[in-house]
Amino acid sequence: MLKHYLKLLVSAAAFLIAATASAQEPLKIGMVLEMSGAFADFGMQMMNGARAYMKVHGDTVAGRKVELIVRDTTGVPDVAKRVAQELVTNDKVDFLAGFGLTPSALAVASLASEAKKPMIVMNAATSIITTRSPYIARVSFTLPQVTAPLATWAIKNGITKAYTLVADYGPGIDAETQFKKTFTAAGGQILGDVRTPMRNPEFAPFLQRIKDARPQAVFVFLPAGEQAVGFMKGFAERELDKAGVKLIATGDVTEDGVIEAMGDAPLGVITTQHYSVAHDSAQNRVFLKAYAEVAGTAQRANFMAVGAWDGMAAMYEVARRLNGKIDGDKAMDILKGLKIDSPRGPLVIDPATRDPIETIYVRRVERLKDGKLYNVEFDQFLNVKDPNK
Amino acid sequence: MITSLLGVLFDGLAYGMLLFLISVGLSVTLGLMNFINLAHGAFAMLGGYVCVLALQRWGLPFLVVLPVAFVISALAGLLLERVLYRYLYRRSHLDQVLATIGLTFMAIAAASYFFGPMQQPLQVPRFLSGQVSVLGVDLNIYRGFLLAVGAALTVALTLALERTRFGASVRAAVDRPRVAEALGIRVGLVFQVTFAVGCGLAGLGGALGVQVLGLDPAFPLKFIVYFLLVVAVGGTSGLKGPLYAALLLGVIDVAGKYYVPQIGAFIIYAMMVILLVLRPQGLVSRR
Repeated sequence: MLKHYLKLLVSAAAFLIAATASAQEPLKIGMVLEMSGAFADFGMQMMNGARAYMKVHGDTVAGRKVELIVRDTTGVPDVAKRVAQELVTNDKVDFLAGFGLTPSALAVASLASEAKKPMIVMNAATSIITTRSPYIARVSFTLPQVTAPLATWAIKNGITKAYTLVADYGPGIDAETQFKKTFTAAGGQILGDVRTPMRNPEFAPFLQRIKDARPQAVFVFLPAGEQAVGFMKGFAERELDKAGVKLIATGDVTEDGVIEAMGDAPLGVITTQHYSVAHDSAQNRVFLKAYAEVAGTAQRANFMAVGAWDGMAAMYEVARRLNGKIDGDKAMDILKGLKIDSPRGPLVIDPATRDPIETIYVRRVERLKDGKLYNVEFDQFLNVKDPNK
Repeated sequence: MITSLLGVLFDGLAYGMLLFLISVGLSVTLGLMNFINLAHGAFAMLGGYVCVLALQRWGLPFLVVLPVAFVISALAGLLLERVLYRYLYRRSHLDQVLATIGLTFMAIAAASYFFGPMQQPLQVPRFLSGQVSVLGVDLNIYRGFLLAVGAALTVALTLALERTRFGASVRAAVDRPRVAEALGIRVGLVFQVTFAVGCGLAGLGGALGVQVLGLDPAFPLKFIVYFLLVVAVGGTSGLKGPLYAALLLGVIDVAGKYYVPQIGAFIIYAMMVILLVLRPQGLVSRR
């Protein structure tokens, strides 16, 4: 008797599932990510950030089941373009998302325009990206956006002579230009600048040069990961801090995922950025808990994982407001001016530029009670826009 | 002016010594055994990971970790020599390149599987960090340590190769394997030990290099250019060539980055081209 009921129940359930499935195709999100190569870290952070969001907010939105389709760019722009093309034509995705690196995002921009697919940039931070297609919206940050507040903070805190050191590629040049502009406009003086090559394991001579120039501070942007670790070690080894040179940097340098690899070197370093795992808010606690459940505790979440989380939030909201029927132009109308209650604090997508308007925090690296290093926020700039547009 | 010059010279020599330490194993296998081992970087990486694990997880002191890294890398080399490399000695150089570059990719994948794609943390002990000021020049203690280890190792290797019976057998086995065999030298065994020592040196170099170069799974490919640079410029006979080449390249690289940072990163390659044009056979060559 019981067996009979069970059978009935199962077949009823199966019928129901089949019925909804035929009525609603899954909502497909094509994730274009760096999953292998030197920037594999970026892809892992973002994929886990997106999965964490689905774990908390469910994998169904507006009656459609959400499906993440992850494709690896290997860090090469041409590959990014190819996999994005496949996602659009073969998988028929509703959104393109991801993009850890600027060149990947730029390579896919024209495709987003042609296919009228909303493209959610979850990390890449060069200013120009959103100008390359009206279908791009960014939920991360831009380098000038975090750099300008740092220059202002430095001047306010009595730093008038600075040196700059940036990685020699798009975002680095963005950061250098913005720092010089804001810093000199407020009366500061730049003693010199260095652009370091992308393949550069050895910072010692550059550091010595800076030390000999005796600035009050050195401003640094380097891509998160290996270069930042190498630089921090060299900075401590050469005792620039004891020579009176303060280190001020964009948050990439003391990024949460790698900071533990730096030992005591980054203690006291001042950075500006939009997110720190030490940010105290209910949303951030929910995010961190979900992230740890998805990714384990081997590596901490960082700003890229938050970018992916917020990108998912944006896409869920678009799907809800359009009742699950995604149309490129209507989606962009909703994204413009969309407010997201992010783990980093409130965030609005600027209707004019489709770049985020958000709070930029000033943080200092400290060792907290659990014995680990954190970027502790102690000052903030509200509603910062990308100053380049 | 003088102090900055001395500082640059010191940093350059130390950087060159590090280049020598991670490349010397390759010049042993390539120069002495005429075997192209592009997986050299993988053994260096192994040494690096052993160093990080031994320091962080097993809590061994740094000075003990270094010989451990040497021994484990040498044992790995010995094992691979038995099961893989010995079958490649007589194959063409292209086969050797293909097989060992494949091995490198396998090592990279294995490292990301076990340790993840991120940079590994390393703290050198307090007595090796920081700086001392000598006559107004700030000298970095760890770099001084690299110089000392490099010098000691060079002396030891040179003596072993030129003054010991084993060194004589190695040279004999390389020059005339058949005659050496006829004289009762067990060429196979000699090669096996030499190869293991080469791998051990790579591991030691890797362990010493983590502090300066960092360590992640891409290590073997990132630094392969430097190993090959040192060996190509230095020539492959003996240890003096690679040593001079490494020191020269180190000093020029550091000086270039210090005095002309705009083009600093390219100077090492420009120097390689010039040296290879002037001395295609290497700085020190066999007659």
